[in-house]
Amino acid sequence: MHFFLENIWVIPLAPLIGFLINGLGCFLRLPYVKSRKFVHFVACTAIFVAFVFAVGVFFDLLGMDPAHRSFTKTLYPWISIGSLEANVAFLADPLSAVMMLIITGVGFLIHVYSIGYMHEDPGFARFFTYLNLFCFAMLLLVMGDNIFMLFIGWEGVGLCSYLLIGFWYEHKPNAVAGMKAFIVNRIGDFAFLIGLFLLFWFLYQQGHPTVAFSGIQENVHLLEGAKVGGISLLALVGILLFIGATGKSAQIPLYVWLPDAMAGPTPVSALIHAATMVTAGIYMIGRLNFVYSLAPEALVVVATVGALTALFAATIGFAQNDIKKVLAYSTVSQLGYMFLGMGTGAYTAGIFHLMTHAFFKACLFLGSGSVILGMHHEQDMRRMGGLKKYMPVTYMTFLLATIAIAGIFPFAGFFSKDEILWKTFESGGHQYWYYVLWGMGVLGAMGTAFYMFRAVAMTFFGKLGERAHEIAPNEVEEDEHGPHQHEHHTPHESPKSMTFALVVLAILSVVGGLVGIPYALGHFFHIPNFFEEWLAPVFAGAHGEGHGAHHDVPVIEYMLMVFSVAIALATSALAVYIYTKRKDLPARFVTRFPRLHRLVHEKYYVDEIYQVLVVNNLLRINQLLALFDQKVVDGFVNFAGTVVRFSSKVAGFTDNRWVDGFVNLVGNSISFAGASLRKAQTGLVQNYLYIAVAGVIALMIWRLL
Amino acid sequence: MIQMQHFLMMSAVIFVLGIYTVVTRKNVLGILLGTELVLNAAALNIVIFGFYGNQTIESSIYALFVIVLAAAEAAVALAVGLTLYQNFKTIDTTETRELKG
Repeated sequence: MHFFLENIWVIPLAPLIGFLINGLGCFLRLPYVKSRKFVHFVACTAIFVAFVFAVGVFFDLLGMDPAHRSFTKTLYPWISIGSLEANVAFLADPLSAVMMLIITGVGFLIHVYSIGYMHEDPGFARFFTYLNLFCFAMLLLVMGDNIFMLFIGWEGVGLCSYLLIGFWYEHKPNAVAGMKAFIVNRIGDFAFLIGLFLLFWFLYQQGHPTVAFSGIQENVHLLEGAKVGGISLLALVGILLFIGATGKSAQIPLYVWLPDAMAGPTPVSALIHAATMVTAGIYMIGRLNFVYSLAPEALVVVATVGALTALFAATIGFAQNDIKKVLAYSTVSQLGYMFLGMGTGAYTAGIFHLMTHAFFKACLFLGSGSVILGMHHEQDMRRMGGLKKYMPVTYMTFLLATIAIAGIFPFAGFFSKDEILWKTFESGGHQYWYYVLWGMGVLGAMGTAFYMFRAVAMTFFGKLGERAHEIAPNEVEEDEHGPHQHEHHTPHESPKSMTFALVVLAILSVVGGLVGIPYALGHFFHIPNFFEEWLAPVFAGAHGEGHGAHHDVPVIEYMLMVFSVAIALATSALAVYIYTKRKDLPARFVTRFPRLHRLVHEKYYVDEIYQVLVVNNLLRINQLLALFDQKVVDGFVNFAGTVVRFSSKVAGFTDNRWVDGFVNLVGNSISFAGASLRKAQTGLVQNYLYIAVAGVIALMIWRLL
Repeated sequence: MIQMQHFLMMSAVIFVLGIYTVVTRKNVLGILLGTELVLNAAALNIVIFGFYGNQTIESSIYALFVIVLAAAEAAVALAVGLTLYQNFKTIDTTETRELKG
């Protein structure tokens, strides 16, 4: 009946098959991977099939009763130890359907884009192999019906992220960036695992050992009031899981890997480090919203970290000159907004921003990739400028996505960001702290508008290369291909496969927000908030949601909307004005406040602080441990070795003298007997016959007698 | 009247002469002759028991088999003796004692 729901396993399987075909080809150096057409045909088809099935699943769910839009397809039992049961099972509900559509849809566009972007690269087949593997892992993450499946996907995407950041591993900084991402993620994963174990352990104590989301949802209320060392258990679990999310989703304090992750190819930055993988943490909180709703303390932590990150990362964006770095900090900042929404209990708003962000940030990244390719692998915005003329399609799409991210009505970013800010403000009514968070959010939104339009102005307006003189001779920044000679080329528009993805994503950035028009605006035209209704069953129990009847819209909501659009427009205009008409202003600012500029430009020295506080101390501890190893552990080992050598000497002596003596005695006596008996063998046949005849005669005599 | 035991005595004498020849002769051909005697004594015994026993043809057939076997054996033994001569330039068994342990 529900064909797509019954065959939901095709969605992760298709990219897996694509991965296997291309991956085996690469691994065994089969001839077909030399054909780029074949490789990208396999990879794109795989993800397209997954997309078609995801759309089918969406419509199947749409055809079901809204209250029961949840479907679990169990393939086979996976782990069954004692009371622990984990199945390989896929969960289709409104939340996972949204994630599937984003992953496969945006994923497909980025696959198509990569055909153009990577076409000169020798690692073409390897790139598509990793990309397909990533899609498989990410789909496992969002489709699994239990925490184990989520965790497998969680680690899988981390692996793919590592592989793809270090894709050009011949250049050492890229490989280092990949390792950094992996190690920072491991720190988060450590807390994440402890959170999972705590949750499972206490559920087990309550007599409901389960790892399936539905089981946890049913029994989580039993844990309310449980305490671990004086702290509410659920808050602890929530915070530990959130630490895992700060690693994967690049929040303070574990965000440091994401800007470095820009060392990877640009499509990877778009797919993994903007649109999908980094949103895994938000998805995880959305999936476990029933845990967080019972742990308000954890939610406050989530919201605070989110708001802080949103503001903090936005300010770093002001002083970056690498176009991808700007987008990277922008991603960190936008992820902060999503966590702010999640932490406010406005899960729908958080997931909504996740979706719209996937559209416009993918579009921005792909646009920046197009610019980088058009500028012949140049990432420094000071060498760009005036590209509007050379790359019209890239310019238009980039501009639309920028308007969307700045939150200007009626583009996608407006609806989602405004919803988050409004819900935060609304929560301020219960807890004044949220007013502070709202303030940070608004400041961050201003920052977003400013640095994004700064990027647009520096890249597309003005004249080509007019800022090149600002580059100090001693700061030759290394881009993803390593240091190289900057020659003068005319920028050119990118191939069709790339602009196609840009156009589709730009259209989505423009209209994508219309699925979630807030009631405050929608009720004038009787347009319901599709997105909220769609996700309502998943977040039914969450506070701040599900009060279906908003009949009286407070005037202040309209005021805030107008306010946020106004400040977004104002800062955008300001940024364009400063960076096109008053180009002297930034330079004057820098000379006026050199220390402040340096602080922001150097990203508040966070990497350096981590280096001093964490990395160096770790290395020192390592050295101490090495010393301990050499002196104490090795001493024990050597002592044990001496003892064993002595005892073996004793054993050897016994062996040589006693055991061997006995063995030799046996052997000697046998050879002595043989030497005596061999004389009977004379070699004369007649002698033998004598004996035979004598024997016969003897027998006869014995018989006769 | 010549009776069965006379024939048996005759065959026993031939048998013992054969054994004696085999044991005492150093010459391979002599040993071969001795074995022929032993075989023929056995064949004679079979015929005697057939004649004085159930009077069937089986015993005569056995005797024929023995003769054929003796002929084959003689052929093989002569070949062995010939090879022995080629290798040792003698057919004296006391000279050819290479299998001694």
